[in-house]
Amino acid sequence: MKPLLFENVRLIDPKSNIDQLGRLLVQEGKIVGTDLPNAEGKPDECDIINGQECVLCPGLVDMRVTVGEPGFEYRETINTAASAAAAGGITTLAILPNSMPAIDNPALVTLLKTKGDHTRSVTILPYGALTVGCEGKEMAEIGLLKEAGAIAFTDGNKALADTRLMMQTMSYAHGYDCLIVQHPEDPALAYKGSATQGELSTRLGLPSIPAAAEAIMIARDLKLAEITKCRLHFGHVSTAEGLELIRQAKEKGLLISCDTAPVYFDLNEDAIGDFRTYAKLSPPLRSEADRIAVCQALADKTIDAIASDHFPRDVDDKRLPFAEAAAGGTGLVTLLSVTLTRVKDGTLSLMEAISFLTYRPSHLLGQPCGTLAKGADADLCLFDPTATWQVVAGHLPGLAQNTPFDNRILPGVVLGTWKRGRKTFFREIL
Amino acid sequence: MDSPFGQHFLGIEGLSSHHIGMLLDRAENYALLNRSRKTPRTLLRERTLITLFFENSTRTRTSFELAGKRLGADVINMSVSTSSVSKGETLLDTAYTLNAMRADLLVIRHAHSGAPALLAQKVDASVINAGDGTHEHPTQALLDALTIRRHYGKLSGLTVAICGDILHSRVARSNILLLNTMGCKVRLIGPPTLLPKAIEKMGASIYYSMDEGVENVDVIMMLRMQKERMRAGLVPSSREYFRFYGLDRRRLNMAKPGALVMHPGPLNRGVEIDSHVADDPYQSVIQEQVEMGVAVRMAVLEKFSHIKAQP
Repeated sequence: MKPLLFENVRLIDPKSNIDQLGRLLVQEGKIVGTDLPNAEGKPDECDIINGQECVLCPGLVDMRVTVGEPGFEYRETINTAASAAAAGGITTLAILPNSMPAIDNPALVTLLKTKGDHTRSVTILPYGALTVGCEGKEMAEIGLLKEAGAIAFTDGNKALADTRLMMQTMSYAHGYDCLIVQHPEDPALAYKGSATQGELSTRLGLPSIPAAAEAIMIARDLKLAEITKCRLHFGHVSTAEGLELIRQAKEKGLLISCDTAPVYFDLNEDAIGDFRTYAKLSPPLRSEADRIAVCQALADKTIDAIASDHFPRDVDDKRLPFAEAAAGGTGLVTLLSVTLTRVKDGTLSLMEAISFLTYRPSHLLGQPCGTLAKGADADLCLFDPTATWQVVAGHLPGLAQNTPFDNRILPGVVLGTWKRGRKTFFREIL
Repeated sequence: MDSPFGQHFLGIEGLSSHHIGMLLDRAENYALLNRSRKTPRTLLRERTLITLFFENSTRTRTSFELAGKRLGADVINMSVSTSSVSKGETLLDTAYTLNAMRADLLVIRHAHSGAPALLAQKVDASVINAGDGTHEHPTQALLDALTIRRHYGKLSGLTVAICGDILHSRVARSNILLLNTMGCKVRLIGPPTLLPKAIEKMGASIYYSMDEGVENVDVIMMLRMQKERMRAGLVPSSREYFRFYGLDRRRLNMAKPGALVMHPGPLNRGVEIDSHVADDPYQSVIQEQVEMGVAVRMAVLEKFSHIKAQP
């Protein structure tokens, strides 16, 4: 492969706090180095990309993704998810284990990693199942799964409700220094609910889930983390109360982290409108006050990372009465752009926004990706932060089209994505 | 003759290194006599020893029975399934009954911690604890110590790793107490779910990684890993357990050269210990432990039977 030189790009690397115009050279799939825009010298034969002062940042690291594979290939396969990811500037996907079968066997961890490598456009970081079959009844083989390459342990979109089992599992996982990721929602309170309890759910007559279902689970697990010393992460946190508990726990020095998804800082329950099932998510969209609290928690870094929470659904999963429709929305293609809306409204700086999507998640998961450091894999995303585009469900890259952001005009157009120096997505407007 | 020992033998707790040394010396003597089949069969003549086992056991009960018989005691085995206990009699009523029969020594094993102590308050006989719940198993600790001492000539200064299900192990607790009293360093190895809270306060260092835990130790004591523990959600599977906490040749080689391999039995081959290691003719002393068990119990019966002199 010929060396690849990016010229006239705005380099942003949150890990080293670099934000400057310059050049970046890629050789043999690795980043050779960066320098200033006027620097002389380049390899004799190399491909040159003139970035026209657009942003070149590390390829995005999405730490919370559901794909349909294995088991639900009609919704999304690893290959279609990889192409959607590439179009969204994402080069690393952490895949939740509640597939069919669940990733509760070391061989399946290896399979997922290998399938990711075969796409040549994304690295797959598999989560291991926390319990056998993600059923919340028996502890999974955490030690063997970690050895096979599981990056952390979770039951995906299910909370481990049994307090005794959760404590034992956290205690056991601590012995292997594992990270446990919890879906923070009390399942008994959330049972059959489809919207957040409040005026809207009452007016629409929808079975509802109290927002406190999140805080209740977080409060319990924080206590367990204190007892077991296990590292604990809460996925897609979405309520003011839940975030406040995490804020306090961090102040106490507990090893706690959390992420949120773009839907929770960009949309509120009004998106459900007239029973729009594409806005049916888990956890459900919240009140405007909760949405503002999520923005504040991003600004004060109570939240550690932003993940797409990509959850592919087939039209038949969604074309049902609201209460019966499946929860979940796609998010790979819109991850960067929706995050950039928070730059536009002044909640975050561009550097901070990119950090939430690159270095912060990779650091949380203990992975070397998400940086422009010399010697790192050349996983890169080139985007124009000022241009805009419109989301049109049905015409998005990837198989699943159930986006909650349908028809939205969003800032930030991905111009190109590279995986280990290899071009995986390119928009011909340069 | 006044003995420095009390009436009952309920645990290692409270025994001084001097007392332990005396018991081990005596047991060492009995070990030799056992091999030559010249035990003093008149020592406990006219004394009655009743073994009262509320939990199944083969080796401990047999070991006590042999020990009593080799010292000339009348030995009665009461097994719970055929006794009045299965008809609903309480522990204390059983004790009063046996007391009325003028037993001299009561050897008791019970599933609940503290049962021998309760019995000891109510009977005139000497109560010997043969294992109570997850509390103590003092004669096992003594026989382990004797086995180690015979190989190293001493106990003080040795490093002993105890590996496995510490949470449910009375053997581990008695050993921690004894080995600390005798000046050993004790390491405990196991997943956090099998290490009870604050166990390090009993005098041990904790290792979640067996590779680190067995490094440079003189003795590796493996504990039995019961299948029920996996069903209880403390360990996910036996293959994972063996991968991370099983003793195999590679791990044994990380210990000091010639380190002893011990196991209180019964073994779960392929779960906590590899057969090649368990049957190693040079390093495994598992059979010797059983042999020392009889000798240690003879010493214990002797030392604790003196008080109730026959009228």
